Amino acid sequence: MGSIYGPVTDWQNDFDHTDPEYNERIHEIWDDLLNAKKCPVAHTERFGGTWLPMTHEHVREIAYDTDHFTSRAVVVSTVKPDDAPIPPLPAPIGAAPPITSDPPFHQEARRLLLPAFAPKMIEPWEKEVEKICHDLIDAMGDREFIDAAVDYAQHIPVQVIARMLGFPLEDADKFRGFVHLVLEAVNESPEARQAAFESFNEYLDRQIQDHKDNPRDDLTTYLMNAEIMGNKLQDEHVRGTIVLILIAGIDTTWSGIGSSLWHLAGHPIDRGRLVDNPDLVPSATEEFLRAYAPVTMARMVKDDHDFHGCPMQKDDWVLLPFPAANRDPEVFEDADKVIIDREENRHAAFGLGIHRCLGSNLARLEMNVATRVFLQRFPDFEFAQGEQTKWSIGQVRGPRKLPVRVLARRPRP
Amino acid sequence: MRVRVIKEKCQGHNRCYSLAPELFDVDDLGNAFELNDGVVPAGLEDKARLAMKNCPEFAIEITED
Repeated sequence: MGSIYGPVTDWQNDFDHTDPEYNERIHEIWDDLLNAKKCPVAHTERFGGTWLPMTHEHVREIAYDTDHFTSRAVVVSTVKPDDAPIPPLPAPIGAAPPITSDPPFHQEARRLLLPAFAPKMIEPWEKEVEKICHDLIDAMGDREFIDAAVDYAQHIPVQVIARMLGFPLEDADKFRGFVHLVLEAVNESPEARQAAFESFNEYLDRQIQDHKDNPRDDLTTYLMNAEIMGNKLQDEHVRGTIVLILIAGIDTTWSGIGSSLWHLAGHPIDRGRLVDNPDLVPSATEEFLRAYAPVTMARMVKDDHDFHGCPMQKDDWVLLPFPAANRDPEVFEDADKVIIDREENRHAAFGLGIHRCLGSNLARLEMNVATRVFLQRFPDFEFAQGEQTKWSIGQVRGPRKLPVRVLARRPRP
Repeated sequence: MRVRVIKEKCQGHNRCYSLAPELFDVDDLGNAFELNDGVVPAGLEDKARLAMKNCPEFAIEITED
């Protein structure tokens, strides 16, 4: 299995965000594309036509413009929604509401979920997340070499989301397999993707049936009983929202935690400042979110549309790289520097406009706690010599392998 | 000094609430609103400015008396 397009040889005219090089060399590639100044927005024929705006102004404009850009598909892949073998619910609902929904339905679907993710509902999770983090570190024993992504970051959001949805904790590997399917295997053949999606759907149907038989206090049961304008949600809506929570709740935060630790492994001064002053962690987290924002969203062009001279055509993909917007010198001073006590930080890591990440409060909590606990237990660490960080592929960027050497450790308090 | 959350722009990022909980609160949906009719008590002016400068949606307005 692999990309149907092959490696990129001409980044300026034929970029591909799923080429492994893209996430590895992302800052160079953006600079290169920005300097090329063809159309103000980069373009590739891959995936049936894909645009890549990169300035804060352009990213913001598209994020706010729900008239010309639809959210009915938000992950660029070889399959456009109209060609899917199992067609998603039609617009304005889409395959994974509310992220794939357009106004006015979007607001109804989102309102159902907002209370569960509001700050005051998320704050009580802090103790639980702290325990998860300490348990993971305990499980590493006294190993000198650990993988901060594989042994630590990847487990934290999985455990939280499985608890929230009421799914078996032992299915964590399955969830990560689904994440890979939805977000990384996007350049594989439509046939390969169809088969994998069928098994994903079967798994979810089994979990939903289990909740029908044994209703309990979790998000899955809540969704099955929820109503929009007096009607229960369609089965596909319930399943789609679970897909959203499962995928978006796992990969993104795992990447955010991993990128924070990646930065700290290479920057001893920042590491020391945070060890000496853990109260600085929330500000550092915001800066890591800005500088290493994990998520690039996508839209589709609703109808042929001229965007600042770029001839966008109906059903073209448009990537929305919030991470690139976050490095725009027009909006951020010293945009290319990581400043952990940056005072003014309007970063767009969680998106802009009506689709602001629903789980942002949870993601922030997990990132803050994960960094704080890691530094508390491992006040000194560095990249393991001779080993490589391996970055994810596609629209969510973060380390998938992050081998580090522990230089100092402290017991669980 | 007064602060105001522009309701139409706020998307619930909650930066103001976490940076200046003395000046902002959030409702059950996670959307922010100003406390005390937006009047900023003496000594909290810097916090008000900090909240404004960290809003991703440019949804906070400050008026100086």
